[in-house]
Amino acid sequence: MTQPLLRVDNLKVHFPVFKGAVFQHEVATVRAVDGVSFTLARGETLGLVGESGCGKSTTGLAAIRMLTPTSGRIEFEGQDISTLDKTQMQPLRRRMQMVYQDPYGSLNPRMKVRDIISEPLEVHGLAGERRARAEKIAQLMQAVGLLPDMADRYPHEFSGGQRQRIGIARALALEPSLIVCDEPVSALDVSIQAQVVNVFVDLQQRLGLAYLFIAHDLAVVRHVSNRIAVMYLGRIVEIAPRDEIYRTPLHPYTQALLAAVPVADPEVERARKRVTISGEIPSAMNPPSGCRFHTRCPHAFARCRTDDPPLVGMGSGRAAACHLHAAP
Amino acid sequence: MTQAVTIESPTATEGATARIAPQPLLSVRGLTTRFRTERGTVAAVDDVSFDVAVGETLAIVGESGSGKSVTALSILRLIPDPPGRIERGQILFGGQDLLKLTDAEMRGLRGNRIAMIFQEPMSSLNPALTVGMQVGEPINQHRRMPWSGALAKARELLGAVRMSDVEARARAYPHQFSGGMRQRAMIAMALACEPQLIIADEPTTALDVTVQAQILDLLKDLAQGVHSALILITHDLGVVARYADRVVVMYAGRVVESAPARQLYAQPRHPYTRGLMASVPRLDGDTGKRLVPIEGQPPNLAALPVGCAFAARCPQAVDACRSARPPLREIGPQHQVACILES
Repeated sequence: MTQPLLRVDNLKVHFPVFKGAVFQHEVATVRAVDGVSFTLARGETLGLVGESGCGKSTTGLAAIRMLTPTSGRIEFEGQDISTLDKTQMQPLRRRMQMVYQDPYGSLNPRMKVRDIISEPLEVHGLAGERRARAEKIAQLMQAVGLLPDMADRYPHEFSGGQRQRIGIARALALEPSLIVCDEPVSALDVSIQAQVVNVFVDLQQRLGLAYLFIAHDLAVVRHVSNRIAVMYLGRIVEIAPRDEIYRTPLHPYTQALLAAVPVADPEVERARKRVTISGEIPSAMNPPSGCRFHTRCPHAFARCRTDDPPLVGMGSGRAAACHLHAAP
Repeated sequence: MTQAVTIESPTATEGATARIAPQPLLSVRGLTTRFRTERGTVAAVDDVSFDVAVGETLAIVGESGSGKSVTALSILRLIPDPPGRIERGQILFGGQDLLKLTDAEMRGLRGNRIAMIFQEPMSSLNPALTVGMQVGEPINQHRRMPWSGALAKARELLGAVRMSDVEARARAYPHQFSGGMRQRAMIAMALACEPQLIIADEPTTALDVTVQAQILDLLKDLAQGVHSALILITHDLGVVARYADRVVVMYAGRVVESAPARQLYAQPRHPYTRGLMASVPRLDGDTGKRLVPIEGQPPNLAALPVGCAFAARCPQAVDACRSARPPLREIGPQHQVACILES
């Protein structure tokens, strides 16, 4: 097997919770990510889905070392990056980039588009001479569907969808092999989402980029991903190739999540079997014993309350963490 | 005639057809609401007309800036003036024009015969009052029930929205609740006086998808239980397909299409409606297919073109589209479209 672009092994990111204004003391720990493992191949898209607080964004940030993991191993292009410091990470940064959710908050309002896009080049000393840089900026803007003569405008002159394109152009400037996309279309209007989704798909085909695509919209994730990992309370509960997970979800949480998403067709909706789960996601400060989903699971039995199910391979690239599907 | 069709899972029982009323419960006619802005006045809602029958669920769909929320606020006369103003139109509720009522009469109606559920439950709940008091308040105010009785009724309502440990929940404050629990409290409050109409503005947009399903199922069930009509304002075409009987599609402050839900999804007639349906990836869709986006950007309301507001993004637009605003025309039973190419 060829070496994956990114390999994350038993990643944990815990955040201490402090109390007290003067004498701060640690009172609890939020286990935002609590033992996550996955790989990502070159040119592949892994969708990371789950509800708020499941740790999907934290996983994405830690995977490219925007956060320091509490424990676990992260290999990028074969190199262990989990314990590198800021200076050691610096040369690797150009290979891994990020696109954020909020197209309003993630662009400096005082910078012209040309400077926003070329800033990463400057930081890495790759800006080159003036004309070459101008050409590069024009190319990048074209690649994401912006007119190069907009380069001297400021972010406020652009709509949400256009701003998101600027953010993508900035991420592309350093020709990365991996882009972590954290809810990149969820702040956009429906008619604009499809435009930006198509930009991601086209760029991947042209440039062979790998995406870690984090989103809560299962339909969008399904559209862009090769494989999908479903997270719940800091863990991956199921990971599988795209079509398998949508056709035959194994984990009860995946089933409930898919059933909860309404399909834009009244005829389909009428015929659909509805599996609803009760309750809401428990606190990551004090996750339930045993299987973390047992408090909401319609199939939970005694063992689920005591034993934490490991993520077990089911063949053909699938794995699920559920006692119902435990290996014989 | 209202031929309302309720979209439900086969497991959900009866109440499938909204009762056919000779006169609609709510009839909005030519509603125009303008806002003064730095760049002149804009018509956030421009000549909007639609009906809501007794007990039916009407979805108003549109993107940001389409005027769907301003329409809801106009019905309740909650438009901040200045900068906003309802300029023209009629809002007939049970035959009575709400725009002619005094402020005191409107207060007697809100939370009583018409209730509203907002997107952000945290900012619409009072942080300094217990949840029980807030749910009981409309009963105390409108039904003149003493507080002891109103609080008992509030606990009953909290049970109806399937909260556990009602006694403790009623004594708790909103910040002690999760997002889903707050929205349940809002629903309890909205239902307190068994209103004839509930307006829910993106009630689950801030919630996770499993909680969204719980809340909308609950809202629909309970509204049906008291024969309350529901106006569901949303941008989510999936939510519309699951819960709405009829749909009004808005674009740039105007109604561009209106039809029974099944009709709209089976045969969308306005190019914008068709564009929306094609641009949304579906859970059961073909993954190999490229999404077909609506090109361009939504128009600037302060500088709308003379003709159809969608013409600049419309793949079928012809010259005539740019010269005059297309009127909303009946093209079939219950089906109206504002497009000159459809007749």
